[in-house]
Amino acid sequence: MIKIKDLHATIEGNEILKGLNLEINAGEVHAIMGPNGSGKSTLANVLAGHEGYEVTKGEVIYEDKDLLDLAPEDRAREGLFLAFQYPIEIPGISNATFLKTAVNEIRKYRGEEELTAKQFLDLIKEKTKILDMDNSLLSRSVNTGFSGGEKKRNEIFQLLMLDPKFAMLDETDSGLDIDALKLVSHGVNSFKAKDKAVLVVTHYQRLLDYIVPDFVHVLSNGKIIKSGGKELALELEEKGYDWIKPEKAAAHSA
Amino acid sequence: MKDNKINKDIKDWYLSEFKEFENKLNGQSKTYLHKLRKNAAVKFGELNFPTLKDEEWKYTNVKPILEHQFKLSESSETPTDIDLSRYLFDGFDSHTLIFINGRFSEELSSIKELPKGVIVDSLNNISQNNPELLQKYFKEGEGIDNAFNALNNTFASDGLIVSVPNNVIVEKPIQVLFLSGDKNEAVLSVPKNLIIAGANSQAKIIINYYGISSNPYLKNITTDIHLEESAIVDLYKIENEDDKNGYHIEKTQVHQKESSVFSHYSINFGGKIVRNDLKSKLNGENIECNFFGLYLASGDQHIDNHTFVDHAQPNSVSNELYKGILDDNSKGVFSGKILVRQPAQKTNAYQSNKTVLLSDGASVDTKPQLEIYADDVKCSHGATVGHLDKTAYFYILSRGIPAELAKSMLIRAFVNDVIESVKIEPLKEKLNHMIFEQLHRVEI
Repeated sequence: MIKIKDLHATIEGNEILKGLNLEINAGEVHAIMGPNGSGKSTLANVLAGHEGYEVTKGEVIYEDKDLLDLAPEDRAREGLFLAFQYPIEIPGISNATFLKTAVNEIRKYRGEEELTAKQFLDLIKEKTKILDMDNSLLSRSVNTGFSGGEKKRNEIFQLLMLDPKFAMLDETDSGLDIDALKLVSHGVNSFKAKDKAVLVVTHYQRLLDYIVPDFVHVLSNGKIIKSGGKELALELEEKGYDWIKPEKAAAHSA
Repeated sequence: MKDNKINKDIKDWYLSEFKEFENKLNGQSKTYLHKLRKNAAVKFGELNFPTLKDEEWKYTNVKPILEHQFKLSESSETPTDIDLSRYLFDGFDSHTLIFINGRFSEELSSIKELPKGVIVDSLNNISQNNPELLQKYFKEGEGIDNAFNALNNTFASDGLIVSVPNNVIVEKPIQVLFLSGDKNEAVLSVPKNLIIAGANSQAKIIINYYGISSNPYLKNITTDIHLEESAIVDLYKIENEDDKNGYHIEKTQVHQKESSVFSHYSINFGGKIVRNDLKSKLNGENIECNFFGLYLASGDQHIDNHTFVDHAQPNSVSNELYKGILDDNSKGVFSGKILVRQPAQKTNAYQSNKTVLLSDGASVDTKPQLEIYADDVKCSHGATVGHLDKTAYFYILSRGIPAELAKSMLIRAFVNDVIESVKIEPLKEKLNHMIFEQLHRVEI
């Protein structure tokens, strides 16, 4: 589904990604772990099209298209989704208006008819149920006055409403208590399917107990330095990130 | 020298117009109102129009206003092709007063049944029927501090008069439309408004200043507002003059007594040059004074808001929030002064001014000023100028929403706290619509 080759990206002149390679196929769940400042969030933001980052080298092929050529809104319409680490508050714009606009813009792009009010409400009912969300949230302004947990849950609600093909979760677990973590994971798991892929960016292994990855990658200093199965996450939890670094150093000196 | 010449020429023109005006007065030359006018004309002769050298006018050049010979309109007739309903706010029941080029039009207005003792009328009518009211609130030589408000008082013939007796609540909003414009002439209108809210009374007033004209016009207004003990008044000023031909100048002076609550909304959409002076004197304890402002400009509009909150007594609260969005080559000015006099202990005064610039050509001058002589007070002020938030913009785009709509959402989000403070729901909705219309943006 997505193939990242030798990706280099900078922000304000500092190189954060330094030759990252990663391939994710439909039906797979990948987790990217790594210490703070390793470039995890940068990767997610670069893929979503944040204009603050400049790609200086490399390519990203998404569903046979050059992803880096697409505007952020077109990436979303092509089925890419990023659940933000820090969701934005938009006072004065209700969740319902926001979602209806987004859903219909995406449908328009795909040549589908806009949803009727009834269809839209049915969809909302179905998805709020999965996340055990209160319907009153819909008339409230987007993320405005939401608690940290509510904001994260709202990101996953948007994910389910927009129904993308490739979902990236940027530190969705940070600041969540165990109940909220379970709900959010349940939402993501209900999204998983043969024709969809998920990239979970996280610092901690905890989330991966609930969203079980097929592959785990360790990102350090802008590169993936180790990949493995879900057991790699447990190993990291136990030993921390430091034990990998010598291996990387050894590889370099060889 | 050039400035002086322009100043003198235009003053001579207005003074000669005043002579002509006096000659046509006949019976009305003996009224108290005319006594005020004559007094103001003398003052007008002595004062000069402000220039950029005046501290209070250093960001607003009024020269373009002085280059036209604006002529006082003599009738309240509307051009026949105007559909007035377009310019009135609907969706709620109101008492409606319509002024055309500053003259009250009885036949176009519709004042419904009012509680006993309430006056909702025109200055011209009150001058004839109830001059005692004018004598009580308008003193000779008071309230004139520059050539513009002297000019207003020199020609003042009409305007809005509202008087609510003690303990009376006027339920329905009083909606006033001042419509300007003339096909043939550059017209001057000089509304002189007076609002009096008796002790424990309540009123909501919407004043809509509108213009449609292919000729330049000047609307030069003075508004005096008195709130007695525990009165509650909401005044919505919606300024929507013609972007290319409308010049709008208003001085509003509010006098608040103990425990009164005054909320002023200054919503500015239109006008080529707009200058609002809004001042409130908090002369009592436990007063609440709220100033909300919006200025949305595009093209080469210039919108200047000067505010002054004068805390004279202890234990009062003032709260000021002005927000602006400026596009193209438009210019905004905000100057907000808070004075806390020595007796005004336990004052709470807040002021905030935020402006978003949508283009490189737009600019704003913002000048918050605190002057505090009491030691036990809480005061804060802040001003920011910036662009639409980039991270928020990216967030919206990342949901598949097009760039233009994303910008509209951020504009709506930026003005949200001012719009949400509007208490008349249908007015709020209409204002929401007007924001996008004024900025030529897709509506949300």
